[in-house]
Amino acid sequence: MATTAPPTAPSKKVNRLGLTQASYKGKPSTLCKGCGHDSISSQLVKAFYEYGVEPYRVAKLSGIGCSSKTPAYWLSQSHGFNAVHGRMPSVATGSVLANRDLIAVGVSGDGDTASIGIGQFVHLLRRNLPIVYIVENNGVYGLTKGQFSATADLGSKLKTGVVNDLPAIDLCGLAVELGATYVARSFAGDPKQVVTLLKGAFGHNGTAFLDIISPCVTFNNHAGSTKSYTWGKENEELIQEVDFVPFFEDIDIEYEEGETANVELHDGSHIILKKIKRDYDPTDRRTALELLLDSGEKQQFLTGLIYVDTKKPTLIELLNMVDEPLATLPLDRIRPPQSALLEIMEALR
Amino acid sequence: MSTETVVDTSEPDVQSSIVNDFSIQIATINGSGSQSSNSVLMRAIFQMGVPVSGKNLFPSNIQGLPTWFTIRASKHSYVARNRDIDMLIAMNPQTAREDVQSLNPGATVVYEQSLGLDNVRDDLIFYPVPFGELAKDVIHEPRLRKLLANMIYVGVVGHLLSIEREEIQHAISKQFKAKAKAVELNVKAIDVGFEYAKENLKKADALRIERMDETAGKILIDGNAAGALGAMFAGVTVVTWYPITPSSSLVESLIQYMKEHRIDKETGKATFAVVQAEDELAAIGMVLGAAWAGARSLTSTSGPGISLMSEFVGLGYFAEIPAVIWDIQRVGPSTGLPTRTAQGDILSTYLLSHGDTKHILLFPSSAQECFEFGGTSFDLAERFQTPVFVMSDLDLGMNIWMSDPFAYPEQPIDRGKVLDADQLEKVSDWGRYKDVDGDGIPYRTLPGTKHARAAYFTRGSGHNAEAEYTERPDDYVKLIDRLQRKFDTARKHVPAPVIDIEDGAEIGIIAYGSTHWAIVESRDQLRNENDLMASYMRLRALPFNDALEAFVDQYERVYVVEQNHDAQVMQLIKLELAHRPELLKKLHSILNYDGHPIDARSVTEKLLARESERPSA
Ligand SMILES: Cc1ncc(C[n+]2csc(CCOP(=O)(O)OP(=O)(O)O)c2C)c(N)n1
Ligand code: SF4
Ligand SMILES: [Mg+2]
Repeated sequence: MATTAPPTAPSKKVNRLGLTQASYKGKPSTLCKGCGHDSISSQLVKAFYEYGVEPYRVAKLSGIGCSSKTPAYWLSQSHGFNAVHGRMPSVATGSVLANRDLIAVGVSGDGDTASIGIGQFVHLLRRNLPIVYIVENNGVYGLTKGQFSATADLGSKLKTGVVNDLPAIDLCGLAVELGATYVARSFAGDPKQVVTLLKGAFGHNGTAFLDIISPCVTFNNHAGSTKSYTWGKENEELIQEVDFVPFFEDIDIEYEEGETANVELHDGSHIILKKIKRDYDPTDRRTALELLLDSGEKQQFLTGLIYVDTKKPTLIELLNMVDEPLATLPLDRIRPPQSALLEIMEALR
Repeated sequence: MSTETVVDTSEPDVQSSIVNDFSIQIATINGSGSQSSNSVLMRAIFQMGVPVSGKNLFPSNIQGLPTWFTIRASKHSYVARNRDIDMLIAMNPQTAREDVQSLNPGATVVYEQSLGLDNVRDDLIFYPVPFGELAKDVIHEPRLRKLLANMIYVGVVGHLLSIEREEIQHAISKQFKAKAKAVELNVKAIDVGFEYAKENLKKADALRIERMDETAGKILIDGNAAGALGAMFAGVTVVTWYPITPSSSLVESLIQYMKEHRIDKETGKATFAVVQAEDELAAIGMVLGAAWAGARSLTSTSGPGISLMSEFVGLGYFAEIPAVIWDIQRVGPSTGLPTRTAQGDILSTYLLSHGDTKHILLFPSSAQECFEFGGTSFDLAERFQTPVFVMSDLDLGMNIWMSDPFAYPEQPIDRGKVLDADQLEKVSDWGRYKDVDGDGIPYRTLPGTKHARAAYFTRGSGHNAEAEYTERPDDYVKLIDRLQRKFDTARKHVPAPVIDIEDGAEIGIIAYGSTHWAIVESRDQLRNENDLMASYMRLRALPFNDALEAFVDQYERVYVVEQNHDAQVMQLIKLELAHRPELLKKLHSILNYDGHPIDARSVTEKLLARESERPSA
């Protein structure tokens, strides 16, 4: 790195890897000022920094859309892949198969995931691919100038007055039903919760899906929209309060019987869930689906950790692959010996 | 076993013996188990040292529709399809009459007696056999009886053609491997056939198999299995696919081979990943993701899948990501003739996607080349950082071919211009899309490389040499021009055409892929029967190299033979030679697009017809 300051410079705060928060930044954003996606990018930078992710290990993947542009705006020291519209899941799958050491972080939009890409999305879920999959959900196609997406709520209105008369696809519902093992919903206007849920996702092994409502200030932030900042602020209801304790820190929170639950993640980190109104067990799939159905019907905006399963095997485990990245295995491990070919030829005579 | 031949001299048109040079067609019903009997018959002939080839003409159906299998024995080692059938085994009531009608006079028919075919024509030799009845003597279970009826015909034909019973028995053991019960039953069926023929059929035809020594050391394999082996020995690590005939067996063979040979001995873990994708879009997306991250990855499909991959392939071209894509070509779209062969995807694949894309295509023409190109395709894809297509077809991919055993690849694999952290440290001004060497090929880094300057952002066409986003016209022009430079470099690296110059030749023939075998034979026909010498250029890849122009220049008339309607490669040749309009007039095309593998006789006839149209000829 081209910094002249000594790494221990007292003025600069660093994380456990000795990296400053600034080293997790990317190129300046070219999105509209105030776009929810930019807010999520900032929270990503913060979460990477606080968790202490090594940038070189991250693969940033996205489809097409305003949201899918954002991986350029964080982690400039990570490889990024801006794929084609709706096809980020397959590219992510391939890269993780090639190099299981990569930390895949996928960013998509509601158009990218819930319409053109829904086929690949559901199959990624089904495979429980290890990835952090973020949908920056604004209910419209931002990049093509404001058409409804499939996550727009029934009865919500475009700026032009057009009313959506089709039911919304609940991406969290799909995620829980089809096999994701960490499912959360959040709101770009609630940065603290976004950061916490992201860190939890980094500690999880499997598909961590985050549906983050992310207002499009240009096309979907008006009265009548259910994806606007105002609507979000007025309607957000926390399922629980989430806290994250990384594996490298001790848990010093007091447990109150029946008031908190503690989920240990794959890497030894903990998600601490504090009860607010309801008793909610995010490790129970049926409960999660019921909550989503219920809140969907009532058009409630519930945020928090919806579902977590820390036991289900991932695609990588199911494939019983060697521990090292396939991409860089030496020739003698990927080309069978001459005797193997002779044996095969003999059988074909 | 008797090999004695009783020639009935009262038959007017029985000539002297036709030895090791004829075709047998077996007409059965799909799903009736005839596949094994056909293989056994073919293998038995092969084991007698006689060159054989087998072609399965099958419907898009699992059970119930008619299917034909032709076995060609050829002492000249001709392995193209033979248009003329010398012996028909008529087992299928649905098609029996039409099958008999289509034979040339003098042909032989072995048929299920109850079909009563002998009154259909009087210029054929008929052998009625009560297969159904005979099968009852072998086994009582009705389902197995059907399967065994097919094996009985092998015994009957074995007797008629003097195929040694021991070789058939050996072929059965090979076919059913360790399954002792199956071997025993099938051998019993063979004996019933032999016995019946010996007792009841009077040899009236002239066809005979005699021992030769032309197949020693050779193997029998289909092109798809050969391609799979090529990929495995080239170190493929990520394989993705979506099932489609005729390509599925490539990946299915690969899975079998990899399970055997690519599991780490100590850990029991796989040095590969195979994923059955949700569709071809996902299959190619996974390949690109994996190759971007450094894996040797491939997918295999056919025309419909290629269409679906179009957008992604364009991204691969512009973002410069390796990919190996096998296209086992078949006829037409979904409910076209999906189980018939063609070379119909050349133009659309060469230019697949949008915005000035063009691709490297390889044309294997033999099982041997499927094996070889299984590796070459990876070397080229990684060297040129671009999708590479291996254009096989149903005939090459799914039919059984005789081949020399494959040689172990001694060369190390070419992983192309990849910089690891140490190498990057020595380069001060690395840029992902910089043309440092002047060959149009940039250097890449892999995700996961632990170096502060390793990372870059991959996107479609909007990037400059540093992989930064740009929409500047000059940047885009530079990119396109460099990609062209890279493509031109590829001309010298793709497999060169194989040229066979015939002394005194006035005409040239250009062909590629599985068409090759009909050309080999047709050239002999032209020379031996018509005194017409033809030089031959077998294309093995696109883009073309300089040899094309030189070849066309050299001959008065050049025939481009291919298995599609639109003369697809000829169109590309015309584009390539557009700067020499006088050459274009020399080009003529010979086409076959009926879904059957091309045969030599048709090529010869079409070529001669064209030749005779010439005013001065
Ligand atoms: C195959 C294809 N069809 C259409 C488009 C045009 N397109 C670009 S972005 C987009 C929608 C993006 O919406 P979303 O994923 O919600 O992202 P947002 O811009 O809202 O963040 C569409 C339809 C495209 N790029 N590719
Ligand atoms: S159009 Fe909407 S989604 Fe796109 S950048 Fe602007 S505010 Fe964000
Ligand atoms: Mg959107």
